[in-house]
Amino acid sequence: MQIRPILATLRHHKAGTLLIAMQIALTLAIVCNAMFIIHQRLARMSKPSGVDESNLLVVRNEWAGKPAPAQIGSLMAADLDTLRKVPGVTNVYATNTYPFSNTGLANGIGHSPDKRNYVSVTAVYFANENTLATLGLKLVEGRNFTTNEINDLGDHDKIAPDVIIVTRELAHRLYPDGSALGKTAYISDKPSIIIGIVDRLQIPWVDSSMAQWADCSTLLPFRQRVDTTHYVVRARPEQLADVAARVRATLYAAHHLRVIRPKDGVQTFAQVRAAAYESDRGIAILMGVISTILLAITAAGIVGLASFWVGQRRKQIGVRRALGATRHDILSYFLTENLLIGIAGVVLGGVLAIGLNLWLMKQFEIGRLAPGYVLTGVAMLLLLGQGAVFAPALRASRVPPVEATRSV
Amino acid sequence: MLGYYLDLALRSLKRSPGLTALMILIVAFGVAASMTSYSVFRAVSGDPIPWKSSRLFVPQIDIWGPKGHLDATSNNDPPNAMDYTDAVALMRERRGKYQSAMYRVSPSIVPPDAHMHPINVGGHAVYSEFFTMLDVPFKFGSAWGADSDAQRAAVVVINSKINQKLFAGANSVGKTIDIDGKDYRVVGVLDNWNPKPTFFDVVNTGGFTTDEEDVFLPFTRAIDVGMPNDGNTNCSEIPKGSGFVGLQQSSCVWISYMVELDDSAAVSTYKEYLDSYFRDQKAAGRFNWPLNNRLRDLPAWLDAQHVVPSDTKISLVVALGLLVACLVNTAGLLLAKFLRRSSEIGVRRALGAPRMAIYMQFLIEAGMVGLTGGVIGLLLIWVGIWGVNWVLPKEIASLAHVDLGLLALTLLVAVVATMLAGLYPTFRASRVQPALQLKTN
Repeated sequence: MQIRPILATLRHHKAGTLLIAMQIALTLAIVCNAMFIIHQRLARMSKPSGVDESNLLVVRNEWAGKPAPAQIGSLMAADLDTLRKVPGVTNVYATNTYPFSNTGLANGIGHSPDKRNYVSVTAVYFANENTLATLGLKLVEGRNFTTNEINDLGDHDKIAPDVIIVTRELAHRLYPDGSALGKTAYISDKPSIIIGIVDRLQIPWVDSSMAQWADCSTLLPFRQRVDTTHYVVRARPEQLADVAARVRATLYAAHHLRVIRPKDGVQTFAQVRAAAYESDRGIAILMGVISTILLAITAAGIVGLASFWVGQRRKQIGVRRALGATRHDILSYFLTENLLIGIAGVVLGGVLAIGLNLWLMKQFEIGRLAPGYVLTGVAMLLLLGQGAVFAPALRASRVPPVEATRSV
Repeated sequence: MLGYYLDLALRSLKRSPGLTALMILIVAFGVAASMTSYSVFRAVSGDPIPWKSSRLFVPQIDIWGPKGHLDATSNNDPPNAMDYTDAVALMRERRGKYQSAMYRVSPSIVPPDAHMHPINVGGHAVYSEFFTMLDVPFKFGSAWGADSDAQRAAVVVINSKINQKLFAGANSVGKTIDIDGKDYRVVGVLDNWNPKPTFFDVVNTGGFTTDEEDVFLPFTRAIDVGMPNDGNTNCSEIPKGSGFVGLQQSSCVWISYMVELDDSAAVSTYKEYLDSYFRDQKAAGRFNWPLNNRLRDLPAWLDAQHVVPSDTKISLVVALGLLVACLVNTAGLLLAKFLRRSSEIGVRRALGAPRMAIYMQFLIEAGMVGLTGGVIGLLLIWVGIWGVNWVLPKEIASLAHVDLGLLALTLLVAVVATMLAGLYPTFRASRVQPALQLKTN
């Protein structure tokens, strides 16, 4: 390829060349980082929770009129009975919180009662003998709670369970040699025996600040008698919508003095998940839109400037054609010219992309940009440039040799 | 002369409609995307109480010591809320002009109409000075008096939404409502007061939330009836006692505190008071670590608590990057367009036009592109805001709105930015050698 004449021409159009290269560089820097952010968010959103999320329903119930704890206990027991009898319901339990709820209790867990020497932070889920089956958790070692292990607990009461079930990740952190089952751990000032290990259970929060312990959950055998309770209901496949439609009225019919909020009192687990990741999904879409606009604008800019250059050089093209250059020569001349500018742009852009990433890392909780994103971005922009310049280049190749004889 | 330049610019733009349209669209998309992101950013980072924010302060006392800061990223910042003991002690002394300890509650109301379901409300347990301190507007009635704080009176201030629901919007002052099974007398109804962020208690609300502030009742009363807190509770050790009373006796932090201090003398006096409070407690054997108090004003406090979501900032940065990329693009296209007319410039220069005239002519042309781009950008912003409402969480997106200021700013940014982009192309155009151009033709 004749690179030297191309470089000579570009030297004549220094400013235009520089502006296109800068445009490509900026686009690369922004698109790489946007792709990285999108990918990070999508990765977070697709992380499994350990819960069998289909056919699951959550009811947020709040007792009105401040009933006494003992009364709450019997009201809750009655509710669980009522819910179990709703056609289509296969299992149900009451708890303080559930994955993606964005509220709950976190605690240190370790090998001594001193809270400052904890091994890991863990989410605290109050559970009973039906929890594993309702959530569809996979018990990989040990056993489930039994009915008589479930104790009553009041608001802000001290939590001191005799037995607990932990996730595999938490068990591994407590006992890296894999011998957690049957051993003790301190989640309070008293030791608790680990009687079971479940494969996976996501904590209630999805914030990146809690990502380090996102799989460290503990199930505690408590029936919490407080004003606000969540009922987790498993429905038969295909009957989720029916159950969801019926739950609110059924519970109100059984006992009137309660609040099940119209806006979020009854939610399917799919809705709960979508709400938890709403901001991640939003940012991913926003970054996608901005990247698309940017790529379109860059392509349009290249088309515009290349068209102008072709128009400006019609006479030279005609001369070259008259001197024996083929159409193909002209086409490849413009493609190569664009490629050279593109390469200069992506080299500069690669540096800019890494710089922008470093700055974002310093300002926000963003990880290090993997080289793969830059390489993908480079390939994308070079192809985009070639695609954008193709139409003007094709027009250039159709300039007839007779153009050489015409005056401007 | 201006009219002549405008005419020249219009002719020139008409001569290459494709290129002109391209430039206009690029400017339009650039300003629309960046201004949409900016409108979201502006909505969440604005000062919720601009006339007073520099006089509102949040005291922090390091009751946990260095070992209690479980979070390594907190830069040795003391706990961001207060325990019951200290909040009540500070309230007893009232050393600020106005002050209030407060905690978030979420009681239920049983409507007088037996056919209505009970409703769940959100709100705060506060002291009477809360309303004066924050200039809270009332539609009916007023705040309760300091005597009601002391007497732990069963009074309540409700917002207009709850007033609408329970009393059909009528003046309900003096009526009673059933909150958590007890009767409360309504003393005031708020007039649309829903500041964003909920700056008075970002610790328990996160700043941006769709939850409303429906009711306010006396702090002392709420403690008396054991109305539990519905916000965050942070503990550095397990409470010894159980229940809500156990929480009050513990060193767990769950109470927000705000104080109004009107001048720098008052601020330093209050700071000295806080420090001496710490030293007294230390002397009494409660702490064995050095003094580490904070007294931030509201803007500094909101900043320290990272109230503005970082996602909003990231989108603003990326959208501004898009604007810059658009301008570089426009600069390239303007350069091509201007230099193509070298011969025209040559003729004008040869006929005696000074460089300044060429500058004017081309900057006006760039400005026209910018203005048109800005106008189209305005339309795109409506689309952008609609899109943001669709993709971003409601508590953030619902705050973004279009107003005259934003529209004016959009036009200004479009024109100024495009003229900036046109500076170099214009400079090049003014350097065209008249003799050379005339010769080659």
